[in-house]
Amino acid sequence: MKMKKMKLVMVGNGMAGVRTIEELLKIAPGMYDITVFGAEPHANYNRILLSPVLAGEMTIKDIMLNDVDWYEQNGIRLHLNKKVVRIDRRARKVTAEDGTEEDYDRLLLATGSNPFILPIPGKELQGVLTYRDIGDTNAMIEASGQYKRAVVIGGGLLGLEAANGLKQRGMDVTVVHLAEWLMERQLDRTAADMLKKSLEARGLKFLLQKQTTSINGPLIDGKAGRVESVSFSDGETIPADLVCMAVGIKPNDDLARSAGIHCTRGVVVNDTLQTYDPRIYAVGECASHRGIAYGLVAPLFEMAKVCANHLALMGIGRYQGSVTSTKLKVTGIDLFSAGNFTGGADTEDIVLQDAVGGVYKRLVIQNERVVGGVLYGDTVDGAWYFQLLRDKQNIAEIRDHLMFGQSHLGNSGHQGQNNAANMPDEMEVCGCNGVCKGTIVKAIKSQGLFTLDDVRKHTKASSSCGSCTGLVEQILASTVGGAYEPQQTATKPMCGCTDHTHEEVRKTIREQHLLSIPDVQRFMEWRTPNGCASCRPALNYYLLSTWPHEAQDDPQSRFINERAHANIQKDGTYSVVPRMFGGVTDAKQLRRIADVVEKYDIPTVKVTGGQRIDLLGVKKADLPKVWADLAMPSGHAYAKALRTVKTCVGSEWCRFGVQDSTQMGIDLEQAFWKMYAPHKVKMAVSGCPRNCAESGIKDVGVIGVESGWEIYVAGNGGIKTEVAQFLCKVKTAEEVLEYSGAFVQLYREEARYLDRTVHYVARVGLDYVKKRVLEDTEGRKALYARLQFALQGEKDPWQERAAGAGRGEFESFEVAV
Amino acid sequence: MAEVKSTCCYCGVGCGVIVQTEQRPQGVVITGVRGDPSHPANFGKLCTKGSTLHLTAGAAGRLLYPQLRPRDPMGRPRDPKGRPRDEQARRRAGTVRMHWDGALALAAERFGRVIREHGPDAVAFYISGQLLTEDYYVFNKLAKGLIGTNNVDTNSRLCMSSAVSGYKATLGADAPPACYEDIDHAGCLFISGSNTAYAHPILYRRIEAARARNPGLKMIVVDPRRTDTARDADLHLAILPGTDVALCHAMLHVLLWEGLCDMDYIRAHTERESFDALRDRVREFTPAAASEVCGVAAADIVTAAKWFGQSRATLSLYCQGLNQSANGTHNNAALINLHLATGQIGRPGAGPFSLTGQPNAMGGREVGGMANLLPAHRDLADPAHRAEVAALWGVDSVPAKPGKTAVELFQALRSGEVRAVWIACTNPAQSMPDATLVRAALERAEFVVLQEAYAHTDTTPYADLLLPASTWGEKDGTVTNSERRITRVRAAVPPPGEARHDWVIARDFALALGRELGSELNHADAGRLFAYASAEDVFNEHRATTRGRDLDISGMSYALLEQGPQQWPLREGESTGAARLYTDGVYPTPSGRARFALTDHKPTAEKTDARYPLHFNTGRLRDHWHGMTRTGRVPQLYGHVEEPLLAMNALDMRRRGLADGDIARVSSRRGEIAVRVAASEDMRAGQTYLPMHWGSQFMNSPGANALTVPDFDPQSRQPELKHAAVRVDKLDLPWEMVVMRAVSEADAPAVLAAAQPLLAEFGYATLGLFGREHPAVILRAANAVPAAEELVERIDRCFVFDPAASLSYADARRGVAKRVTVADGRVAGVRLSGETAARDWLKQAVAEGMAIDTVRRWVLAPVSTPPAGSNTRGRIVCNCHDVSENEISAEVAAGADLSALQDKLKCGTECGSCVPELKRLVAALKKAA
Repeated sequence: MKMKKMKLVMVGNGMAGVRTIEELLKIAPGMYDITVFGAEPHANYNRILLSPVLAGEMTIKDIMLNDVDWYEQNGIRLHLNKKVVRIDRRARKVTAEDGTEEDYDRLLLATGSNPFILPIPGKELQGVLTYRDIGDTNAMIEASGQYKRAVVIGGGLLGLEAANGLKQRGMDVTVVHLAEWLMERQLDRTAADMLKKSLEARGLKFLLQKQTTSINGPLIDGKAGRVESVSFSDGETIPADLVCMAVGIKPNDDLARSAGIHCTRGVVVNDTLQTYDPRIYAVGECASHRGIAYGLVAPLFEMAKVCANHLALMGIGRYQGSVTSTKLKVTGIDLFSAGNFTGGADTEDIVLQDAVGGVYKRLVIQNERVVGGVLYGDTVDGAWYFQLLRDKQNIAEIRDHLMFGQSHLGNSGHQGQNNAANMPDEMEVCGCNGVCKGTIVKAIKSQGLFTLDDVRKHTKASSSCGSCTGLVEQILASTVGGAYEPQQTATKPMCGCTDHTHEEVRKTIREQHLLSIPDVQRFMEWRTPNGCASCRPALNYYLLSTWPHEAQDDPQSRFINERAHANIQKDGTYSVVPRMFGGVTDAKQLRRIADVVEKYDIPTVKVTGGQRIDLLGVKKADLPKVWADLAMPSGHAYAKALRTVKTCVGSEWCRFGVQDSTQMGIDLEQAFWKMYAPHKVKMAVSGCPRNCAESGIKDVGVIGVESGWEIYVAGNGGIKTEVAQFLCKVKTAEEVLEYSGAFVQLYREEARYLDRTVHYVARVGLDYVKKRVLEDTEGRKALYARLQFALQGEKDPWQERAAGAGRGEFESFEVAV
Repeated sequence: MAEVKSTCCYCGVGCGVIVQTEQRPQGVVITGVRGDPSHPANFGKLCTKGSTLHLTAGAAGRLLYPQLRPRDPMGRPRDPKGRPRDEQARRRAGTVRMHWDGALALAAERFGRVIREHGPDAVAFYISGQLLTEDYYVFNKLAKGLIGTNNVDTNSRLCMSSAVSGYKATLGADAPPACYEDIDHAGCLFISGSNTAYAHPILYRRIEAARARNPGLKMIVVDPRRTDTARDADLHLAILPGTDVALCHAMLHVLLWEGLCDMDYIRAHTERESFDALRDRVREFTPAAASEVCGVAAADIVTAAKWFGQSRATLSLYCQGLNQSANGTHNNAALINLHLATGQIGRPGAGPFSLTGQPNAMGGREVGGMANLLPAHRDLADPAHRAEVAALWGVDSVPAKPGKTAVELFQALRSGEVRAVWIACTNPAQSMPDATLVRAALERAEFVVLQEAYAHTDTTPYADLLLPASTWGEKDGTVTNSERRITRVRAAVPPPGEARHDWVIARDFALALGRELGSELNHADAGRLFAYASAEDVFNEHRATTRGRDLDISGMSYALLEQGPQQWPLREGESTGAARLYTDGVYPTPSGRARFALTDHKPTAEKTDARYPLHFNTGRLRDHWHGMTRTGRVPQLYGHVEEPLLAMNALDMRRRGLADGDIARVSSRRGEIAVRVAASEDMRAGQTYLPMHWGSQFMNSPGANALTVPDFDPQSRQPELKHAAVRVDKLDLPWEMVVMRAVSEADAPAVLAAAQPLLAEFGYATLGLFGREHPAVILRAANAVPAAEELVERIDRCFVFDPAASLSYADARRGVAKRVTVADGRVAGVRLSGETAARDWLKQAVAEGMAIDTVRRWVLAPVSTPPAGSNTRGRIVCNCHDVSENEISAEVAAGADLSALQDKLKCGTECGSCVPELKRLVAALKKAA
């Protein structure tokens, strides 16, 4: 039996309510049978944009949010032009003026607010208007065509927008304001003065600190005639053909009140937007949450989200109030205000003033956090400041740069560094669709997204106006490129391109004898045509390590370091570490190194922790020449390969040494160099248990003892230091090579790409390793043989490049212009 | 346009200049200056300072009227209850304008009272090597002839006295025996204690030319620092301070050992016993022993001696490095000894040639304008000479008691022995060693007259009476340069305001004093003694005193000098003077033979120790002169070095945790100053160097002389300005401020003067100018705590920041307050306080008059590079063609050598002063590349 759908009735067809419905449809489509009552004859429109309509910059059509079709498509019953006058809470029923009735299981009140009308004589005269809806807007537009003189009472946000619109429509406009300066609830005096000045420059007139006492006009046949003038408490009277009252709004809670629902100034709601009747919700300007009735759009949307969540019976969202910001929608005037913009005893101001350029910015700081601000003339960074304010982010580090905006912050560090990485997760990226960075990053990570289209599909970010496309791309790049650290579990797919795990892929490559990335992708039905930055290097490695000399290397599937065979540095130059087997060198090598350093103007020469010489700051174009001149093999310091075998002096020179560790190290290195692996591999050989070569924290560590060598594996000196585990003790150098080789080959064959030996051993267990390397003699020998085969004929990449291979990587093309 | 020939007023090279003037609505003004092609000192060349002389002319910043700084009727710095009066407050209270007659009468009354009550030796005159010979003559006669005191000394005491006593001790007379032309004939140049490339640029051009012509010409430079001159040398002996005598002794030791002494010359022309005594003394000064003392390699000493002795002609050029030492006379004499021992004298290309620091130190000594001299190189100590002078002047006698020399004079002022002082054309509050003592002395003095061309010097605040004097471009008279060459100085324009010529002021004061004292003076009446109607009258009287003396100029006259400058001696009947002296080997000593001075090696007056471990050296820069009263008015002369920087060895800095540009406290036993430090490859470890130019007008301390010692040479009485023991400590002044404001050239001096009191508000502060087309004033300051709001407001008022035409940024809690003021759409002023990252590119923005609209969004941001990413220009190396170090580096990087640089950028092609530096840059950059 199918459950009967619950009925949701919404009273009020404004932005807050419809947004709630939208959110609800998103998370619980089909859960409710929805009915909407709208008092206006219009479908849902963007009330905020009435000002541009009044100013003639937009039309009603431009500002429609949801047309009638939308309601139909979503199965919503829409009653337009019907004002609900009664709620019968017992019968759970609402009744409209025209008698239309609807039952409800849940009722959503979104009745908005009414403009406040001054209780003064003449308020009912013709030509005395408020500024609230399309009707008011149309009335003013009409009046502006016939009359000349307009008086706007109220120098707040709405009043100024109305005044500007009327002025744009050609009227002679005077703004009357009670306070000392305009928008006193959003602006400090300086900003307000600048605003006044620039509005005056547009021809608006202002009367400040004026209290309106009456609006005057004739009585015609006992009915109110056309307004003629406005009088003030100081006795002054000015002529007026049109009076617009914009002195504030009051929540429209009449309906709720009449139904006995607790109202103060607005319908009182809790953090889930429920009124005192838990079946009845209220959102938007009609609601009073924690004593505040919001009149701005952003809080309404936040309420909508929580309310929808609760209506969908998810019950996890809570609305905890909003910090609001204000923007004045007068073209050519940039003004922004948020939070505690006046400051106080325990706050500090950062003020920027450009008297010539007409810019004023004031940020109020408390305990190194932005708590408010006013921007005039340049509001580009308003959203950022607002974000900092809401996040209570500590700005101590960026304080000196704060005033100059977010773009400046990016530029002050490395030029061209992208801003995306520095953005907080909560920061909104796509304004159109309200998508924040965290959502995008999460989507990229969890769903393995690698193209802009993917991100658009999954998050809607950048799918509307597209102005955030660049930012989305940056986020994509920084998420996929830099911060790559796979979080794999046995069942986790390799990446978003496939459902197969690393193990499955390896197994398939082996069993199916696949030899190229496209083969793998085709055979295993990759979702993306070419794979991604995460699966391609892994596939490339798996192919090469499984089918040495058969699988085709795809250099483009290697990280830049492995493509360039040098380590890219933070300034874009490269480091070159020539191989010195066992850390042993001679005068000839040193002389060549010295010559190269001078010849190529290499700024820094450093001895590395692995006992090698690092030439830092080599220009990319010089790399092949440097390699040629060095005439030394690659140290692979850039590669997921055998890096170094660190050695101590050993019995040759050292009084304590019991084994010739230096020679052992050279032998190991010569045996295994050029060995690519899932990740870098480091080895060390110490000549006695004093362990001067630090063998205890290497992937393979060898320690000489009186009777032979001890082999330790799976150590790591990296971010988290891991002590290597004792694998076995052997007698001869040959055994050291065989056992170590078998171990690394096992690792090469079985570890996931980007696993270090420590991760691999932790997963399979040391016992497994011992079983394969120690107990299974044949298996060990086979492993070692496979390693030797893999390394056989492996070329030194440097000498190859120095001789001309892959030159395209190092030379830029001359482009004829 | 009209042109007038005159002489440059800067150094002792004495270059001829041609002053260009134009008739303007306000009168005739100086509009340009060029080198006089016919003048044998420079043949048309001028250095950076000389070629910008016209920018220093004009009424801006000048003292225009006599002014009195009132004090209580008793004229004492204590109030009736014996409490010290607040001198600072009195100085701040300012001055009132007076009429000349009243001012001179007042001066006469005050001097007269002191003379009556305390005798003639209770007054003193401290005058200047920058006065003309005629000015000097009148002052000297005023003191010694009219008042009857020998208390007349000059700033030449700080500059040349050891050269004088060195010459006298060996050759018998105060006369440089060589001439500039000798550079062309020399086979070896021995330059000691002179950075000729900076201090005498035009002479250095001549050296460069001579070396170019004669590649065999060896150049040896002795200098503790690796100066541009030293870098050019074939051999640089970087001796430790105060070891010059040891070096000369060791060189003589080598000369003797190697048989390079000219025994024939010694036998024929020197007093044999003096040679023997010296030979005995230098026996122990082996090169090895001297190497220990001097800190240079023994082999280098040997090489120097060989080159010196083997050269066909060796010319020594030396300056303050030898003179400004408590052992200065011996430093000079030891070098002259070498010339006598090798016969390197009296021939073309040979001789000990002392380079004069000031434009007319020579002329001053010729008229005897010093405490121990009488006119025409006569000696005060010689009764016969005193009688001769008394007769020449027509007075009963000239007092026998030696006068107070510079340091002693101020010490006497401090002790109350001297009560009134008349200072003319010099700035002792800055230029004297141990500035603290000198300033205290001036405060203690009962009456200080300052006769000065400029309104603001460090001495001005101490003066009771300020008398406006004429200066270069306005004056008429003669000067003598290093090579004894007398040149006319001519007026191109009249003095501004009520300024008068120095000799006229001295004459009129003499007349007023004569009236004041009348019969009380034991001499004849002042009216007769000072009956000069013109400078020429003075010159003619001076000429008469020289007849028969070593400097006999009886054959010289203004008429002859009209035709061109002349060297002395030029006796009556001769048509030209002597290019060089002692060509006949006869010396003006009683025996007619030169004497070897038995010189002693003595260490510096102050020794370094654990508390004051560093050697402190002072000297000149290329583009500034003395206390900057003149060069400090020319924005482009700050381009080479913008701030006073203490040069240090990098190791010494590292040990003290100092990085380039850090602010440090430099302290000696006498005082301390705050300066920025700069690592310099020129400095040996343990050595520091500070340019002497910056004083209280441009920084928040008296500058280098706050640290220097008052010790002086026992013979020459020249103080040891070139060495003190100091310590250097990092100063933690984290709060920095930079204020820049575009000004017109005419307004610059006034803005500088108005800003000067601000310097005292900071732990570190300097003032300066920059720019060319858009000159600007710059204040750089640092402090331990942020400036208070009212100080910032004061600064804004001082630098005329109009809030209505400004952009500003303020974060009070961080102590950050920035402001950019705009004029005609251009960045016209910048005040960065608390955060100064953008200082360099904004400085350039002001200098270029950058349009605000291109940088509006960035001017207040803490960014060290301008938005467009263009680089700041960096230090200006070539001042004539305004070429910066960065531009030069770029060209060199592109492969340019010196001549390519000169072709492309034109740098070093005008005055050539920067050529040594260009060479150094090319070499350094090439080496780096």
